[in-house]
Amino acid sequence: MRLARVVGNVIATVKHPALVGAKLLLVDEEDPAGGTRGRPLLALDTVDAGEGDRVLVLDEGNGAAQVLRAPRGPVRTVIVGVVDEVDPEPRA
Amino acid sequence: MHLGEVIGTVVCTRKVPAWSGQRLRVVQPIARDGRPSGKPVVALDVVSADAGQQVFFVRSREAAHAIADAFNPADAAIVVLVDRLEGGAGPGR
Repeated sequence: MRLARVVGNVIATVKHPALVGAKLLLVDEEDPAGGTRGRPLLALDTVDAGEGDRVLVLDEGNGAAQVLRAPRGPVRTVIVGVVDEVDPEPRA
Repeated sequence: MHLGEVIGTVVCTRKVPAWSGQRLRVVQPIARDGRPSGKPVVALDVVSADAGQQVFFVRSREAAHAIADAFNPADAAIVVLVDRLEGGAGPGR
């Protein structure tokens, strides 16, 4: 999984049947300093995330199908958590 | 799944049987600001994209699942036609 930021919504009338009915969000991978890359991915939301949320993103098809409780389809990227905070571990 | 722009069509009379009747398009991956980001790829097109249209495409094994016979060698497939993107216009926010 990767840490990312929800940066927008995707409006799309025409899409593969596997994506119909899903909430489609734009997520951009976040570096430790909180910056994003400007190269967002389309992700299916499963946790009621919204724009501005820091989220946990899965980018793998088998896990995506399991989370969506759907047969394997052309879907890889799924939001699987809304991050409250990331606590840095002190170095021993 | 990645943002891209359709920049061409590939015509193959001879191809693997599982791709019979399928369109193959050239897709340039792009950043949120529309600038190219990486090398173009050839992708199955199951949503009839127009030339120049913004799309989302899926890479790797999941691409083959875009058509009914998933035992095919696709490693990229266009699965969404973008009407519009809301928010996230600038990088580094």
